[in-house]
Amino acid sequence: MKQNVKTKIEISDLKVHYGNKPALNGISFDVYENEILGIIGPAQSGKTTLLKVINRTLEFTADATVEGSVKLDGVDVSTIGDVYGLRRKIGMVLPLPVGLPLSIYDNVAFAPRTAGLRNKAELDEIVERCLQQAALWDEVKDRLNALGTKLSGGQQQRLTIARALSHQPEILCLDEFSIAVDPITTMRIEEVLKMLSTEAKMTIMLVTNLVQQAKRLANRTAFFLNGNLIEIDTTDVIFSENPANQITYDYVNGNFG
Amino acid sequence: MNALRKNTKAKVPFSETAIETFIRLCGISSIIFVFGIFFFVFREGAGFLFNGLDLGQFLTSPEWYPTSLSNKRYGTLALILGTFSVTTLAMCLAVPFGLGAAIFVSEFCSPKLREAFKIIIELLAAIPSVVWGFIGLTLMNQMIIKIFNAPIGLTMLNGSIMLALMSVPIIVSIAEDALKAVPDSYREAAEALGATRWQVVYRVLLPAAKNGLLAAVLLGAARSIGETMAVLMATGHSVNIPTGPLSWMRTLTATIAAELGEVARGDEHYQVLFIIGILLFSITFIVNLIADLVIKGIHQDF
Repeated sequence: MKQNVKTKIEISDLKVHYGNKPALNGISFDVYENEILGIIGPAQSGKTTLLKVINRTLEFTADATVEGSVKLDGVDVSTIGDVYGLRRKIGMVLPLPVGLPLSIYDNVAFAPRTAGLRNKAELDEIVERCLQQAALWDEVKDRLNALGTKLSGGQQQRLTIARALSHQPEILCLDEFSIAVDPITTMRIEEVLKMLSTEAKMTIMLVTNLVQQAKRLANRTAFFLNGNLIEIDTTDVIFSENPANQITYDYVNGNFG
Repeated sequence: MNALRKNTKAKVPFSETAIETFIRLCGISSIIFVFGIFFFVFREGAGFLFNGLDLGQFLTSPEWYPTSLSNKRYGTLALILGTFSVTTLAMCLAVPFGLGAAIFVSEFCSPKLREAFKIIIELLAAIPSVVWGFIGLTLMNQMIIKIFNAPIGLTMLNGSIMLALMSVPIIVSIAEDALKAVPDSYREAAEALGATRWQVVYRVLLPAAKNGLLAAVLLGAARSIGETMAVLMATGHSVNIPTGPLSWMRTLTATIAAELGEVARGDEHYQVLFIIGILLFSITFIVNLIADLVIKGIHQDF
């Protein structure tokens, strides 16, 4: 992983406040192209905020202020004029599966349509490809016109992954995707993520509460605590007997948190 | 403490039984009132309805001469068309404005502005209908005469504008509630997919809230159909099949309000007015029934 790595996202001295309450206290690190970066840490450590800064959905939170910079392919995201195009570059999977109250087909076709695609054949192709990538196609191919909200929790989460893939993102961010999903489905989704990383060469940021999930999937792992980046290193080091910080060791070994 | 525990274990406290009985009575009373009103209205009109009234003429003739000495004619076609046309035009004005305002208040304006808007809209809802009628009679009358160069401003258009202004607050507040009830996670998910604010509204929020939005429109329409005083004052109150927005007309409700005070209790004219009441009752019943069926249909989709 160390040789020939290209930086995909460059985060430098990022500070975020909600009103007077700090959420991120000046963090800096890089996300490499085509890696799976695990982000672990207890609640309130700023993991979700970080993802929201990257795709600029934090802007909808009225009292949030952002300092520092996040560069995507060398371009500061806060200066990008086409914020909708930026968001389509980044696939986002939220903690609770949100099947939009539309048909399964329309859920997956949502982003391509908002980007202006109208060609039925192309949409069909995208829907089928994404549902297959998300390991959902076989279960829903006969009822694409059923409502997405009617699917089970695990299916809905795979639907949101299919939806996140529909705009061919360069980066896939997953925010604790397995909260509402049973272990078997979690394993299936993890297989999907590995496949996306190796075959589709996607950069994946995996925020997770399950430290073992980071251990299973991530090339590198970052440990966040109370808005600070405690440590970022290869997953092997983080989960070894001697990471750089004692507190990291304590967290991944379940001594606290 | 101990005594209390013993007490709850032994039997349901009296207050619990009393409250349950009271709530039960409240529930049942609404049914009793509706049937009671229907029974009363029906009883007053039934005699003439089944014995003497030509129902065909009642529904299809535009000739409303209840006080003619030689030839009394009770044709309500003009009144029915009046009610329908003024309501339809009012809804054409109120629905786009009401839904637009609801979308703006719920999705596009800042929290401070939202509070101000809500207070103003509630104020609008609190204006008595006779005041709207007064505005129609004076202000709107003059404006319509000037703008359209019409001989008189007390027209269907005038009444529709008044009705629209009265139903907009209802539509806005119910539609806004419906939009606010859509979970924020839908908005976040759609925004993360690169949708603009407007795309979020028409691709996600409107489909998700269509049930509540429909209820808002139907309640607004029900308000318009039932409204009496404003249309009585603003539409000219003259029996006439309306041919356009600038023709004067009269509604079913206004007819009852204006004439019931002048009839002898129990005579034909009196009973015909009650039959009009039955007709109104049936119209609102059908509207509500359709609304229920439509909403049930929507529910099955979800």
